[in-house]
Amino acid sequence: MKYIDEFNDPGLARRLLDEIRATVTRPWALMEVCGGQTHSIIRHGIDQLLPEEVELIHGPGCPVCVTPLEVIDKALAIAARPDVIFCSFGDMLRVPGTDRDLFRVKGEGGDVRVVYSPLDALRLARQHPDRQVVFFAIGFETTAPANAMAVHQARRLGLDNFSLLVSHVRVPPAIEAIMTAPACRVQGFLAAGHVCSVMGTAEYPDLAERHRVPIVVTGFEPLDILEGIRRAVHQLERGEHRVDNAYPRAVREAGNPAALSMLEEVFEVADRAWRGIGRIPASGWRLSDAYRAYDAEHRFDVGGIRTEEPAVCRAGEVLQGLIKPTECSAFGTTCTPRTPLGATMVSSEGACAAYYLYRRMTGQASPGAPAPQGSRIPQEEMNPVG
Amino acid sequence: MGHGGGGALSAELIQDVFAPAYGNPVLAAMGDSAVLHLGGARLAFSTDSYVVRPLFFPGGSLGDLAVNGTVNDLAMSGARPAYLSAAFVLEEGVELTVVDRIARAMGAAAEAAGVTVATGDTKVVEAGHGDGVYVTTAGVGVVPEGVDIRPQRARPGDAVIVSGPIGLHGVAIMSVREGLEFGVEIASDTAPLGDLVAAMLAVTPDIHVLRDPTRGGLGASLNEIARASGIGVRLRERALPVPEAVANACGFLGLDPLYVANEGRLVAFVPPTEAEAVLEAMRAHPQGGGAVLIGECVADHPGMVVVATGLGGTRVVDLPLGEQLPRIC
Repeated sequence: MKYIDEFNDPGLARRLLDEIRATVTRPWALMEVCGGQTHSIIRHGIDQLLPEEVELIHGPGCPVCVTPLEVIDKALAIAARPDVIFCSFGDMLRVPGTDRDLFRVKGEGGDVRVVYSPLDALRLARQHPDRQVVFFAIGFETTAPANAMAVHQARRLGLDNFSLLVSHVRVPPAIEAIMTAPACRVQGFLAAGHVCSVMGTAEYPDLAERHRVPIVVTGFEPLDILEGIRRAVHQLERGEHRVDNAYPRAVREAGNPAALSMLEEVFEVADRAWRGIGRIPASGWRLSDAYRAYDAEHRFDVGGIRTEEPAVCRAGEVLQGLIKPTECSAFGTTCTPRTPLGATMVSSEGACAAYYLYRRMTGQASPGAPAPQGSRIPQEEMNPVG
Repeated sequence: MGHGGGGALSAELIQDVFAPAYGNPVLAAMGDSAVLHLGGARLAFSTDSYVVRPLFFPGGSLGDLAVNGTVNDLAMSGARPAYLSAAFVLEEGVELTVVDRIARAMGAAAEAAGVTVATGDTKVVEAGHGDGVYVTTAGVGVVPEGVDIRPQRARPGDAVIVSGPIGLHGVAIMSVREGLEFGVEIASDTAPLGDLVAAMLAVTPDIHVLRDPTRGGLGASLNEIARASGIGVRLRERALPVPEAVANACGFLGLDPLYVANEGRLVAFVPPTEAEAVLEAMRAHPQGGGAVLIGECVADHPGMVVVATGLGGTRVVDLPLGEQLPRIC
């Protein structure tokens, strides 16, 4: 894919880095909102290449990380039912609930399946009219339209064995919450390009104006991220605070009208709890009255499940950019991808997991014997789809 | 399932359960095959079970894997693979035509690899107690004089060479298993590597380490070697031979090609003085036409694998925990 190669060009990257270096005169703290951007920054070593004045703070934009423990526990309760086929994106399977994860439920006989799209779950509902098919609808504005489409289709087809367990969240209220936190250090935002490709940029000028922060809509390839940083630093150095679209090949100001009208029809804005952060007003979606019959939480009566977050985990502070993962005393010791205390260590997009995987240049590799002779089940890069 | 993924959980299962149960100095070497002293000869001995789904996929089948996998495990100790056993566990109700296709594929793969299937066994389990067909093969081969290939022999300065494009098998399986289309059909790279290894040994018997990066991919294999020999591995990201189709599929699914399975590739650690000649011999061989130098062993960060990224940063490549899971966005 030559198109992508161009966004990894080391020569162009050096030019952008030189320009950032030439522009910056004092320390600035930028937050990249999206977990996909965090992953790309760490994977390509972008933060190591920036001048030390530019600090990147990793934001709350990993949908897996911010799904509350309580919602995971509801998912586990539903997935364990014998009449249910529980469908989820792959990276939710290892996120620990209070006492187990979806992998464990699957191991205990639950019919848990990894799908790549909610429409796959819809197809399963058509194939298995005698089973209840539940799709775990998590994520930001990026994934919500397809989930809305799935439930819209289910109603159109009269599929009453399909439902969604919804935990959708929205970026702008999270930015608002971060900016109004007393300890906030963020001076500029790299907004999530994929979110804006759906929603457009109309929600951001007000945020930029009220909090006097530049908001640069940024993509995910290394050069996209460097360009986003370059533009944000440029604004900060000039004392500006505008919304700037540095990802025009995917983002239009008006967003994606078809996706927006689907969201409008199926969902309504609601308060949502964020893992590690707490309740943020109007920060998510729930199914609207017209689609309430497709809400798995009501259908399986799990609304009463209440769960407290573990106190030792500081994922909430990581998600708000208040601390770096390595500042948490549990990081790399009691909290590892093997024994995650919080979702930031579970998800490959979580800041803690990214630091653990890519940045442990000091000390020894984690213990582990040399691996055995290989049996050939090519399952390691697969999802154990039943 | 994670315990079968070839990552840290698999290693723990061996360490905590199997090693205490029947541990011995031969097993403790933890190579892809055991090297035994028997009747004056050095024999490589290996066994492996194959449980792939679907049974047939672009580029091969369970039968091809069952032969090539064990042949390659033998070859990774420098042995010339010679004889295999084949044990089938069939699920009640499986079509005989399916078993026939797998057996024929095994016959053809054995012929291509220059090995003889010398003994076998068949069991049938009740419907619902298996997954159609499981095959277990074991194999033996003779290790030539003067050859000592083990994961413990990697040294700082060694060149790290991979024999061709990575990730093809895993992506081929994924595309058929999940019904995902990646624009072009991607075929598994399943192939026997005994002959390629012989060609490399003809250049120099002093190859330090060979590994076929199957489950867990190149990332898992390199971590195992780094830990076994206490050296660091430094890779150059831009040198990694990731085919466009694999890169696209992995990009789409949020997977890392370094952890995707291969079935017809090897990674070799060779002394720097021999690297060029070994590379040349590999490239002259049909199974090594795409061979490239991807990095070297270093004395820094012992037991760790580090990639120099295309932009000039670095990142650690860890041993994967269990399966890689597709990311949400």
